[in-house]
Amino acid sequence: MNLHAVKAIYMFEMARTFRTLYQSILAPVISTSLYFVVFGAAIGSRITAVEGVSYGAFIVPGLVMLSLLTQSISNASFGIYFPKFTGTIYEILSAPISYVEILLGYVGAAATKSIILGVIILATATLFVPLEVAHPLIMITFLVLTSVTFSLFGFIIGIWADGFEKLQIIPLLVVMPLTFLGGSFYSVNMLPPFWQTVTLFNPVVYLVSGFRWSFYELADVSLWVSFGMTSVFLAGCLVTVWWIFRTGYQLKA
Amino acid sequence: MNKQSIISIQGLSKTYDGGFQALKDVDLQIRKGEIFALLGPNGAGKTTLINIVCGIVNPTEGQVTVDGNDIIADYRATRSMIGLVPQEMPTEAFETVWNTVSFSRGLFGKPADPGHIESVLKSLSLWDKKDNKMMTLSGGMKRRVLIAKALSHEPRILFLDEPTAGVDVELRQDMWKLVRGLRDSGVTIILTTHYIEEAEQMAERVGVINRGSLILVQDKQELMHRLGNKQLRLHLHEPLAGIPGNLSDFDLEFVPESCELVYTYHSQRERTGVTMLLLALGEAGITFHDVDTKQSSLEEIFVNLVTWEK
Repeated sequence: MNLHAVKAIYMFEMARTFRTLYQSILAPVISTSLYFVVFGAAIGSRITAVEGVSYGAFIVPGLVMLSLLTQSISNASFGIYFPKFTGTIYEILSAPISYVEILLGYVGAAATKSIILGVIILATATLFVPLEVAHPLIMITFLVLTSVTFSLFGFIIGIWADGFEKLQIIPLLVVMPLTFLGGSFYSVNMLPPFWQTVTLFNPVVYLVSGFRWSFYELADVSLWVSFGMTSVFLAGCLVTVWWIFRTGYQLKA
Repeated sequence: MNKQSIISIQGLSKTYDGGFQALKDVDLQIRKGEIFALLGPNGAGKTTLINIVCGIVNPTEGQVTVDGNDIIADYRATRSMIGLVPQEMPTEAFETVWNTVSFSRGLFGKPADPGHIESVLKSLSLWDKKDNKMMTLSGGMKRRVLIAKALSHEPRILFLDEPTAGVDVELRQDMWKLVRGLRDSGVTIILTTHYIEEAEQMAERVGVINRGSLILVQDKQELMHRLGNKQLRLHLHEPLAGIPGNLSDFDLEFVPESCELVYTYHSQRERTGVTMLLLALGEAGITFHDVDTKQSSLEEIFVNLVTWEK
């Protein structure tokens, strides 16, 4: 394995994050803090506890998931799209590096950034609400699994995109609405029965539900269903990436 | 594979998705340690050929080996031997020179070696720019950085795709000095250029590609010897009003009222016609006070070849 190459890509991507600290770390932390202020303190104080958990604390897992999904996609898609846009992708394609190593570098860096961000958001949340994690290992597993899965998804978007608009279409028009409608700010049980059924078609429900369970043992669906659905999405992303590298789609003529 | 070859290309063809055939059944051997110039007009297939060897473009048919290793099956072995300076100037605008060159070394599987990076940057007069961001550099400096990136992992084969396009004379001379130094250290160099006088100065062998087909590969001196015309220029005492009848069989050019008569001939023919021309001039009473000869340049040969192909 060309570990020097994996390290080079990984460090290069991480360096980009540290160059853009305001955009990469500070901006998501501020926007998440605003969610806490608005939904947790202002509106949340008028909402009764959800199944025994204060509303402010209830939304923490959902907010972390919201940031994880959007940042994983954004970091990974930009990471691979930018070399395509500038033309520096020639160097990646001509290097003695396998597709797995390319993935480890780009997706590894994007997932790392998301995990760091998730931890920072959790730390920020403790400033606003009392936070407890009932199952830390499961929480970490979901954090890592979600970051890796959606970084892979972002990588696919970055390969597919042939312009900055396409780069933003799926995160803004698909992922963001699904996240808001995926139980980040409410329990699925609060919805009317019809919408409870409809919402089960939203994959984000399973991520938020499983992640929230690791905090409060509260879930809209079974923990194993959450793991299963996330793993299915991960497998789908892996198959798509395998196909991309096998065919050279949008990479090699 | 030829005993001396480091790159062996056999039956290589490339047809892009749109149906455009960029390469047609190309066979080519690049010898270890040589400077090989690949010449051809725009769109001839030079960059496609280079990109296939480097792994950037997939071949449609044919086989390429580098030092005996197949470029697809043994891509790690082949690519780690190759450095590429692309025709375009793609750079990471926000990266420093040092970081971008160090990145390339890591990408090609080499452990960090600040001493080597320093030596490469110094050899390209980039040392004082090492902490500058790429976006602050001039076009010439960016070109130097691309060369530094290609040399960062100590390649045994260096592809230079139009390396001197848009660079000033000083950089061009520095670059060729560097290229000669690399050749002397055993690096094989394959270059494409539009400045054919550079190929004439630098290359040991020349390949001419046109519309996807390799139409000629030859030692440069042999090529110029074989295909080059020679011109005999006679500086006359008196201007001529026209070419006398006894000289009409010779391939002569003259500008009316000028004092120059130019005879073009193939120097490799057994009978060049020079003696007959001089005798005929004497018979016609035409005298001259000086003569000079000129061998046609590689550029003229190249233009003739490509024009003939059309």
